[in-house]
Amino acid sequence: MNKYVERIYNGIVKENPCIILMLGMCPTLAVTTSAINGVGMGLSTLAVLIFSNLIISLMRNIIPDQVRLPAYIVIVASLVTVVDLIMQAYTPGLYSALGIYIPLIVVNCIILGRAEAYANKVTPDLAFFDGVGMGLGFTIALTVIGLAREFLGSGCVFGIQVLSEEIFHPIAIFGQAPGAFLIMAILIAILNGASISTRANDKVEGCDGCCATCAKSCDSKEKEEAKA
Amino acid sequence: MNNSLILIIVTTALVNNVVLSQFLGICSFLGVSKQLKASASLGGAVIFVMTISSAVANLLYTFLLAPLQLEYLNTIVFILVIATLVQMVEMFLKKTSPGIYKALGIYLPLITTNCAVLGVALTNVQDGYGFVESVVAGFGTAVGYTIAIILLAGIRERIDESSVPKPFRGAPVVLLSAALMAIAFMGFGSLAL
Repeated sequence: MNKYVERIYNGIVKENPCIILMLGMCPTLAVTTSAINGVGMGLSTLAVLIFSNLIISLMRNIIPDQVRLPAYIVIVASLVTVVDLIMQAYTPGLYSALGIYIPLIVVNCIILGRAEAYANKVTPDLAFFDGVGMGLGFTIALTVIGLAREFLGSGCVFGIQVLSEEIFHPIAIFGQAPGAFLIMAILIAILNGASISTRANDKVEGCDGCCATCAKSCDSKEKEEAKA
Repeated sequence: MNNSLILIIVTTALVNNVVLSQFLGICSFLGVSKQLKASASLGGAVIFVMTISSAVANLLYTFLLAPLQLEYLNTIVFILVIATLVQMVEMFLKKTSPGIYKALGIYLPLITTNCAVLGVALTNVQDGYGFVESVVAGFGTAVGYTIAIILLAGIRERIDESSVPKPFRGAPVVLLSAALMAIAFMGFGSLAL
């Protein structure tokens, strides 16, 4: 397999950031009330991720190791501001539906996680395709979760009524906050039952699993504590 | 005036609970809720940092960004300020009160990437809160976070002793507990405020 195709396959299937790596849980749970919101959030994250991977990879020999995290945060925050302004101008409906979760892409673990784990070690072309793969994987996962919640919660698919209320009585709770936790619980239980290994179970065991950054700082702290 | 501040605390802590209805800070909510003691310490650290960061973010916005018409830079400025602030709080605590540092220290770096802290700073600006209101909203949100994580930790300590069907062990049962908690917290939505 071509190494670029491999990166995209890796992002969508093998290491799907949302379903296998369990990164970026906050937007996953928050914006998937409908499929179209899922697509919107996924694509805006995709855009930020591609450019942040590319820029960080291009600058990997310039940024000193000690200040790399603040540098990455500045790069990502600038990109997010650009996406934020573009969406505000061209897709006002989606912009108001996603609200605060657009600026919060800055702290989405996927972005810093990929920068730390991959983009700062490889050439720009590979980093670019890693961004495409991971971004598409995230978009697809959000869309699927959004579809399920929208269908169960209102009987609609992409805003179009497919089942009338006489045949299927919508379970409104899936469209509300508890439905997000419920859908994720069922999804992970199915993956567990099918013995597909995910990092979901590590995630609840400790602060590991979130961001490459925060896990690392936690580890070093614990070591320091042990020494003292 | 006092009434409206109490209203902000109740709204941010219970009605719009930051974890269970806004989905901010899910990472640490799931990750550090294994033991009651650790989650209470994290809650304390979040209250501390969130209150201070709301105050600092509000001052920066009112006296620096707004006069210079640089409001669109608020995401970049806030995240940098929060990251720096957490470092400074950490150093300050280490020097002045080793007791608190020992209890909260290891959770402080976790908070930098906690989206709830940035989320509150941004929401305060969106809602047009003044200085006192921002601080109160930050405090209330953090109290809501602490309530949620302590409750979940309590539930998880019980779950550890019961037998859970195999596919549901680990993350799914934790998420199910969170779902039930979210349903319970929806009840606060009907508080006549």
